[in-house]
Amino acid sequence: MTARGPKANYKLGRQIAPYLYLSPSLIVVGLLMLLPMAMVIAYSFQESAVLRPDTSFAGFRHYRAIFGDEVFWASLWHTLYFTVASVVMHMAIGLAFALMLNSDRISPMLRSVLRVLYILPWLFTQVIIAVIWRLMLDPNGVVNSILVDLGIIGSKVAWFSSVETALHAVTFANIWAGYPLFMVSLLAGLQGIPKDLYEAADIDGATGPQKLVFITIPQLMPIIVSISLLDFIWTMQVFPLIWLTTGGGPIYATEVLSTYTYKLAFSQYNLAQAAASAVTILLISIGLTLFYIRHQKAR
Amino acid sequence: MARRNTRREKLITLALHVGLLAGLFFAAFPIYWMLASSFKTNGEIFALPPTILPHVFTFEAYAAILTDPVKLRFFFNSYLVAAVVTILTVIIALLAAYGFSRFNFRGKAALSTLIISTQTLPPITLLIPFFGLVVSYGLFDTYAALVLTYLVFTLPYAVLLLTGYLNTLPRDLDEAVAVDGGSSWTALWRVIVPISVPGIVATSVYTFLLCWNEFLFALTLTKSTDMRTVPIGIQLLMGQHAFEWNQMMAMSVLGSLPLLVIYLIAQRYFLAGMAAGSVK
Repeated sequence: MTARGPKANYKLGRQIAPYLYLSPSLIVVGLLMLLPMAMVIAYSFQESAVLRPDTSFAGFRHYRAIFGDEVFWASLWHTLYFTVASVVMHMAIGLAFALMLNSDRISPMLRSVLRVLYILPWLFTQVIIAVIWRLMLDPNGVVNSILVDLGIIGSKVAWFSSVETALHAVTFANIWAGYPLFMVSLLAGLQGIPKDLYEAADIDGATGPQKLVFITIPQLMPIIVSISLLDFIWTMQVFPLIWLTTGGGPIYATEVLSTYTYKLAFSQYNLAQAAASAVTILLISIGLTLFYIRHQKAR
Repeated sequence: MARRNTRREKLITLALHVGLLAGLFFAAFPIYWMLASSFKTNGEIFALPPTILPHVFTFEAYAAILTDPVKLRFFFNSYLVAAVVTILTVIIALLAAYGFSRFNFRGKAALSTLIISTQTLPPITLLIPFFGLVVSYGLFDTYAALVLTYLVFTLPYAVLLLTGYLNTLPRDLDEAVAVDGGSSWTALWRVIVPISVPGIVATSVYTFLLCWNEFLFALTLTKSTDMRTVPIGIQLLMGQHAFEWNQMMAMSVLGSLPLLVIYLIAQRYFLAGMAAGSVK
């Protein structure tokens, strides 16, 4: 009927169709991600936001308040310590477990059983990880009892409620919870390394450690870098684990950027200032994300 | 020489097994301890010396939780919200994945980067405007508040996972439908969806778990015990003055049950989901 015929119609369909298929996702991303991001930026420049809002322009007042707050800087350092220590240990433990599991010295049966068990910590949500470690690290808990018996500590330690140990304790709990991501990815990576690389090294008389340093690690490097970046971004945002073990305390000993922001918003109800803090976190995340995307594209 | 080598070999193998055992203790003991404690009486939890097996094996903590209508409501809420979000996510993501996988169009690269980068958005940053939106639209303390906000975090993973899956399916299938005069819509529902069941299952599993585990939004966007989910229920138990440790552990075990069941039945799908963001 139309001059264009079915073929032209088909082509037109092919041009419009992808946008139609994508539109529900784009609506979600637009309304629930881009709009809120614009809103949080707007909030951070308002006198006050959400509760008794005053939309008059506050300039950089909230940002100055944040950057002038020593608790903010303490939170930033705690976040950095927590994140760097977690990522490094996740990688070290994940690599050690992956190498052990990949060894041909163990039976396939044992390997598959251990693989299932080693992944377990990853399955639990942060709330439950917090519960588990509060039980384990309670002053009267099993960890203290073992350490005292072994003579490693003289008396019971209140791991989560003493200023000296709290940050290490939450970091430890997070290390325990997060290494399987590395382990699973590295195990997949190990299986992808060509066997002839090792055979060639054997002919040259290379030792086990030499093969590890000169073949295995370099071959795994792309995976190590990309998982480290993702782990870094995610660990930086950890909230429930810290909220439910120490709540950022004692005093500010385990305050991290997420708990600092949360308290500003929902304990002090200073949502405009919390927005400034949230935007700061967002900028750090965007920086790291751009780095990550660039790395992924280079691969 | 040869004998020394075999002794050396044996030593290495022994050291490896010691290492594996240490690893097992590190990974599994805390979980065992949670499980064992959930079957103890509250008085035995911090007994000295610690009891490796419960002296008095009791289901008291489980009974206390499973007969408390308030706590059962937490479980109902968690299942409901996770199920609704999973259904919505899979449908929306499937359409997007089909678009990404089967069409070339202007802005494709930019859109896929946008969706990938959503994965790394800090939840705390979105929480503040979400709180503003939820309050101003009267959605505070409703299921809708949770469903809508969870979608933002589940959708990117689901789109990535499903696009990856659809890319593995041959294009001849769609082309066969096109030759027969069928539209791409027909191809999607008649041909692609039926053979994508494994991908859809993996995506559903992962989406469900993301929702099941969510804490921050549930904490902030709901208030009444009628609307609280399991993670918040566990937190509420922790906040009480007299710690019912055995109940806390039992609730944690019950709260982990969906994960453990899915993990043990469908390990392959599960790991595919978990690793989705990282290895793609």
